[in-house]
Amino acid sequence: MNDKAHAPGPVDAGTQPPYLYAPYVSTRLRAPTRPLLPLPEDAMTTVGPLFGPHAVQRRDSDLTLGGAAPPIGERLIVCGSVRDDRGRPLPGALVELWQANAAGRYRHARDDHDAPLDPNFTGCGRALTDSAGQYRFVTIRPGAYPWRNHPNAWRPAHIHFSLFGAGLLSRLVTQMYFPGDPLLPLDPVFMSTADARARERLTAHFDPHATVEAYALAFRFDIVLRGAQATPFEGA
Amino acid sequence: MDAGRTPSQTVGPYLHIGLDWLAAGQVIGTRGDLLITGTVYDGAGVPVDDALIETWQADAAGRYGGLLDDLPLGFGRTATDSAGRYRLRTDRPGAAPGDASHLHVLIFMRGLLKPLLTRVYWPGDPAIGSDPVLQRVPAARRASLLATAGDASQLHWDIHLQGPLETVFMEV
Ligand SMILES: [Fe+2]
Repeated sequence: MNDKAHAPGPVDAGTQPPYLYAPYVSTRLRAPTRPLLPLPEDAMTTVGPLFGPHAVQRRDSDLTLGGAAPPIGERLIVCGSVRDDRGRPLPGALVELWQANAAGRYRHARDDHDAPLDPNFTGCGRALTDSAGQYRFVTIRPGAYPWRNHPNAWRPAHIHFSLFGAGLLSRLVTQMYFPGDPLLPLDPVFMSTADARARERLTAHFDPHATVEAYALAFRFDIVLRGAQATPFEGA
Repeated sequence: MDAGRTPSQTVGPYLHIGLDWLAAGQVIGTRGDLLITGTVYDGAGVPVDDALIETWQADAAGRYGGLLDDLPLGFGRTATDSAGRYRLRTDRPGAAPGDASHLHVLIFMRGLLKPLLTRVYWPGDPAIGSDPVLQRVPAARRASLLATAGDASQLHWDIHLQGPLETVFMEV
């Protein structure tokens, strides 16, 4: 088998967002305007950054802890797998997560949305995937919030995710959305990925099996990262 | 099998909530003898005050990887301040034969739907003339990837997202 066939090449059109997406106004002055430099095939083969098992604490994955009382909002379990684009689970992958509170307000100096802060919710969590490449957070459902991109613009409820995979090119920052949200087709950040099937990968699914009786609904968000760059000799 | 990669989305303006814990301003496992500093500018020349810069570098022997207290050796993360300026302490990395000393750089910010990949090279490195990546850069734009020396313990490197000084970014 020739593994070179699986080496990650340029992304299929529309399955990742472009840099310049005019409906998302902030891209206009921040997207590069010159052609990107193609790298030599062996330029980005280094493995890592990787994290060890004690890089995070167990309680870092429960965003409902840490306050004097539980945060206000609908408690949720957010879980899923992290795999590479050949379907292989990625154990020990760092997942960083941040989100607004139930009222749609971030604990951040630059968030001036007129919605209450929750003294018991920081909105920050992190976890490592287990030996089967699975992660699990306990949190609350974030609220939608307004932004200034266009008149009466609202971000659909979402959770920010940051992931480290096999190598630097596997690095992914994304956002998880909730199924059936009527704001999704109106949101230029979500819609920046042209391909509808690829966009669906950003939406979590209700997971009855991970739902815990009398405790919390679960939503599953499976994540696929770009694999490590295959070398011409691998598998030969 | 193509499992279908998850699309990238912007880090947004509130990235610090989730990412600041690792943004210590010093590359993990380095002594921090050297300060790299600079400003990130948008296409209107306005400093970007909500950018995140991640760096990845080899050790003095040119090797990547390893852990310090379960965190990745050679990894750095720093956010720009209200003036669009970043500061990162590190040591000069080693390089493979033929390569010039450099840091890999990923840039995240509101308005970037996916990160920008680039590199910063050490000024005065004799291998700059033979580095296989730099050689691919049109000569007129090479300066955008070279830091400039301040005093002995300081390097300066600005990032221009657009415009006549636009930094060379690489395919990801
Ligand atoms: Fe957000």
